Amino acid sequence: MNISDIIKELDLTVVTDGCDLNRKVDGCYIGDLLSWVMSNAQADNAWLTIMSNINIVAVATLTDVSCIILCEDVSPDEDCVEKANTQGITILKTPLSVFETAVKLGNLL
Amino acid sequence: MNFYYDLHIHSALSPCGDIDMTPNNIVNMSVLKGLDFIAVTDHNSILNLPAIMECAQNTSLTVIPGMEIETSEEVHILSLFPSIDDAFKAYETVKNNSMNIKNKPEIFGHQAIMNSEDVIVDFESTLLVTATKLSIEQVKKLIECNNGVAIPAHIDRNSYSIISNLGTIPDIGFKTIELSKTADITQYNNLGFNIIINSDAHYLEDIFEPVNTINLEEKSAECLISHLKG
Repeated sequence: MNISDIIKELDLTVVTDGCDLNRKVDGCYIGDLLSWVMSNAQADNAWLTIMSNINIVAVATLTDVSCIILCEDVSPDEDCVEKANTQGITILKTPLSVFETAVKLGNLL
Repeated sequence: MNFYYDLHIHSALSPCGDIDMTPNNIVNMSVLKGLDFIAVTDHNSILNLPAIMECAQNTSLTVIPGMEIETSEEVHILSLFPSIDDAFKAYETVKNNSMNIKNKPEIFGHQAIMNSEDVIVDFESTLLVTATKLSIEQVKKLIECNNGVAIPAHIDRNSYSIISNLGTIPDIGFKTIELSKTADITQYNNLGFNIIINSDAHYLEDIFEPVNTINLEEKSAECLISHLKG
């Protein structure tokens, strides 16, 4: 299962430039406390969150998650998108709640 | 008497702080700008304060020792202390409650410890921009046990602020709140708190001009902290 598959199955919107959509997705981490995510998210996870500030990019880089999925129709801040594009981090979004997104993702992975 | 202040400035010790935020540069820029009081409040650390305070000796500037402590709820609390010894004691507890995640300078930036000649003497290896294991209430108690004042930082922001993370300011005895420079002050005037507005400067040019004043009986850290404790 890679990012492109997940985008299609969950009907996600791609917020960043969309490079590296063939990257595999393995597992999922859910969290909004960035310190917790830094300690616990695993490489290749899809990270589900509602945090939209620029700091999520550094966290994603550190933990090497496959992609960030912003739920509940949250849009990332402009400086966040800019930094994500520079760093090659994929940010996706969905209007679904974190729970609904996780259930759907769980059925796929 | 009215004194000009900027009580939330980051040095090069904070990973987000520019490398030009050296002890001499911060002090000299603040003096040039005509400030009376500054506080250098790095994330969860005080290790550049001795050098900064040494640089400020024999100038017109009073440097208040402080830290920006991140609670377990990921809320930033500004702490200001009457002396470097008080700040150091609080720092020891903050350090012992760290999550001990290692810094990666290529991602977060360098955390440079400097002396009063602006020479880098070491780097802090533990990432400073993380939560500690201390709750808001524990952080407030820690600060006050060490004679300091606890001030919820930049409460108007949509991240790392007590309102963004908790939805409210908990009723545990805060007397002063901090707003960021982009806040609409009128929204916060009637909450019953003292308000201070600081730059949160990570770059030299962002240190405040002499715009915001605080009215004190005398020009001392003790007097300023006593005033902010309400």
